[in-house]
Amino acid sequence: MPEEFKPGCKRPEIKKMSVATEETTAQPAAKEAMKSMVKVGKPAPDFTAAAFYEGKFVNVTLSEFRGKWVLLCFYPGDFTFV
Amino acid sequence: MKYPEFQALGAEVLSMSVDSVFVHKMWNDHELSKMVGHDVPFMMCSDQDGGIGKAYGIYDEDSGVETRGRFIIDPDGNIQGFEVLTPPVGRNVKESIRQLQAFQLVRASAGTEATPSGWRPGKQTLKPGPDLVGNVWKVWKVEEAFTE
Repeated sequence: MPEEFKPGCKRPEIKKMSVATEETTAQPAAKEAMKSMVKVGKPAPDFTAAAFYEGKFVNVTLSEFRGKWVLLCFYPGDFTFV
Repeated sequence: MKYPEFQALGAEVLSMSVDSVFVHKMWNDHELSKMVGHDVPFMMCSDQDGGIGKAYGIYDEDSGVETRGRFIIDPDGNIQGFEVLTPPVGRNVKESIRQLQAFQLVRASAGTEATPSGWRPGKQTLKPGPDLVGNVWKVWKVEEAFTE
């Protein structure tokens, strides 16, 4: 489950996982494909990201939620209007 | 506001943008919590370099932000559905709940049932098989797609 971390004076380091490793091992053609859309019925790219949750800063990894349904919502930015 | 409904469906919600966790905290504290009367109940994730958004195909290089991509991921980690909108139009959370309920029904039926257009919990499902081929019109009416 998400693990709390203590932030320093800079933004937390980016945790590179399968997202990055796939990129480095992919062939040029496959690399191009990586930029395109994911496919339904196929595995969701795993990731670890820093998150704000219940007043704390935590690291969250998508694959920790295996066994549950997940709704993952991207949006353009905090303090925008929609 | 609808988070308890997702919880009741056994689903976790994660939001994601290129903003830092510090900005997420400020947005929660100064705006979102005032909108809904409590703290944001789900994890607000930070994708600082857009790497996760790129992996999902919804990162916009031109503006350096993520477009409004919403992904439904099943318990095996597979993507069952997604929707991507440009920034000015907001999502319909009720539709996400409806789709989640439909995917859960299909999964629970081990693929023996399918949900026709406009399906909601309690409405008729279809049972795909040789007998149904060419006979959907006999068991399901188009009007049913538009009833509540």
